[in-house]
Order: sequence, then C-alpha cells, then structure tokens
Amino acid sequence: MNERRMLDDSHYENLIEEESVCINENLVYDKPETLTKTPMHYCPGCGHGVAHRLIAEVIDELGIQEKTIGVAPVGCAVFAYNYFNVDMSEAAHGRASAVATGIKRVLPDRYVFSYQGDGDLAAIGTGETIHTCNRGENILIIFINNGIYGMTGGQMAPTTLEGMKTTTTPFGRDVQAMGYPLKITELIAQLPGVYYCSRVAVNTPVHVRKAKKAIYNGFKFQELNKGVSFVEIVTNCPSNWKMTPVESNKWLEEHMLPFYPLGDLKLPGKEN
Amino acid sequence: MAKVKGDIIIDIEKCKGCELCAAACPQHSLELSRKLNSKGYHYIVKIEDNCTGCTNCALVCPDSVIRVFRKTEKKKEQVATITNVTGDITVKVKS
Repeated sequence: MNERRMLDDSHYENLIEEESVCINENLVYDKPETLTKTPMHYCPGCGHGVAHRLIAEVIDELGIQEKTIGVAPVGCAVFAYNYFNVDMSEAAHGRASAVATGIKRVLPDRYVFSYQGDGDLAAIGTGETIHTCNRGENILIIFINNGIYGMTGGQMAPTTLEGMKTTTTPFGRDVQAMGYPLKITELIAQLPGVYYCSRVAVNTPVHVRKAKKAIYNGFKFQELNKGVSFVEIVTNCPSNWKMTPVESNKWLEEHMLPFYPLGDLKLPGKEN
Repeated sequence: MAKVKGDIIIDIEKCKGCELCAAACPQHSLELSRKLNSKGYHYIVKIEDNCTGCTNCALVCPDSVIRVFRKTEKKKEQVATITNVTGDITVKVKS
C-alpha cells in the first residue's frame, strides 16, 4: 500500500499543474438572481425560457427587483410566477394588460410588465390589448408569438402563418376560410398611446442580445410616463410544430421572420 | 495576441438536452451525453477543450443551466534585445 502511494506521488509530481478557469473572478455569464431555482416546466428548446431569463437579467441590471410587478397570462407561461423572484399576479385569459393597468394606476411608482402569448394577447384579449395601448397606460407588454396555441395542444392561433399545419388546420391554414394571420404589433404601432414598439426573436445569440436591448428599453421608458412599451418576441414551439428544437429555430428563421420582420416599429425620437 | 481560455459548468440535472447550445457553439465543443439525468433526458457535455468563453451557449439556453468563465492571459512583453555583449551587463526587468 505504501509503495503504491509513493509511486502515485512521484507520478503526479511530473504533471504540469494547471490552474482551473472556473473560479469566481473569471465568471462572465451566470443565471440572473431574479430567476428562481425552480426547474421550468417548458418543453426542451422552448423560447419561453430565454424570454424569462432576459427579463430577469434586465431587472437585475436596473436593480428594480423590489419595485417590479409582473402579470402572468393564461397559456404556456401560466406558471411564470414560479420562476420570477418579483411580485407577480395571475390574470384571466387575455386580461393581463387590463390587470396590469389596474396595478400601475394604484402603484404608479412600480415597474409593471405583462407577459402574454399569442393566443392570450391576439385572440381572446385583442380588445383589452388595443384599448390598453390606446389609453397609453404606462406599462410594458411582452408578447410571445409562436404562431400556435401551445398549452392546449397546437390549435390554430390568429398569428398562425398561411399554409401552416396545426391540429385544427391539418391541411394548412386556408385564408379563404380562416382569414389572414394577424400582425397585431403593426396594428398597435399605429396607436398614439404606444411610445415604444419593437419586434425581436430569440433563436440565435445575436437575436437574443437584441431582444435584451429591447426589453431593457421597455423597462427604461416606463420612467418617462409616455405610454405603452410593446415588445413582441418571435419564438419557436418545437413540440407543436412537430420538430426538434434546432429544426424549429431554422424553420422560424425561414418562415416566421420573413412574415414577421424584426426591428423597431416605433422608436421615440425617430419618425416612422 | 492575448490568449483567451474559457470554460463552462453545466447543471446536468436541469438540462433538457435540446441541443440549442451545441448548434450555437462556434467551436463545436458541445455534444449530447449517452447517459441520462434523473428526469430521463440526455444532457449536454463539453467534449473538446477549445472553449473561448464567448457565452453563445449560455445566451440561447432556455433553462439557464450554463455558467461561463473566461480568462485572458496576456503575453509577457519583451523589454529589450541585447546583442554583441562583451562584458557583464545588468538589466532590470519590469515585473
């Protein structure tokens, strides 16, 4: 035993000792503190997780964790209150912007954001959304657009693309029978109550960085009391598009982004 | 040029094996493991030691399981070159 140990020691002396890179002073990217440790219930590869993390990162950077109130929707993100370490409220289906309006009017010094999907914001809550934006409430609306009803099993949403197959349109969306895809971000960008309106995506690292900038602007513009900030995030839905996460991001790039072009639709101080 | 060395720590219990990080990695140093974690997912592992700490994998990760570290090693600067020395000479070198 002793002989063997001595042999081991001499063996290790000859090795070049290398310092580990994984020490705290070299840390460049970590999970934000505002995100709780609860594992997310989203499917593998879902864009909701990235959107959650970006919001949490922005809240951390601005240092407004104690002054932020979020409103969770009905849809895949219904458990969003489990993942954010800020005050959260749950709204009825489509009514998140109305609930956020109430919270902001009672507590005008707080940062209020609503987090809604496309079935929530663009289908059942179209009236609430348009009137919230038209009143110019001083809130941030984050709109997750994946072109499908994710939680209920992949039915057609208003934002479903023409010809896209869903469980309720098995031969593709026929615009003669089901109407055209709704570009609600372009629709509400026309309203005078909207101060900032942008469309971003989270499929590549470049788009993720731009999305973070847009969410940062949305929170920052709430201090100015000028109106609604609206950020649309185009994401994937691998489970209901029946693809792998990598394929779904590629499909998003090829089909969703030409129809929903990225960029700022309304930027303060710039005529559109 | 300064040498950049990076490394990542993956929380394999929270990883769902979506492979988005592997697709985003410019060095192709990530791959799915053959083993499963306690939830039954194949988790991601680093297979190459060529990480530069660019944070691309962590940016696209939906479950925030990746922590990124980066270290920049600066090359030691050359202070002086001495040629044709006949006698003894003392040179002070900046530490």
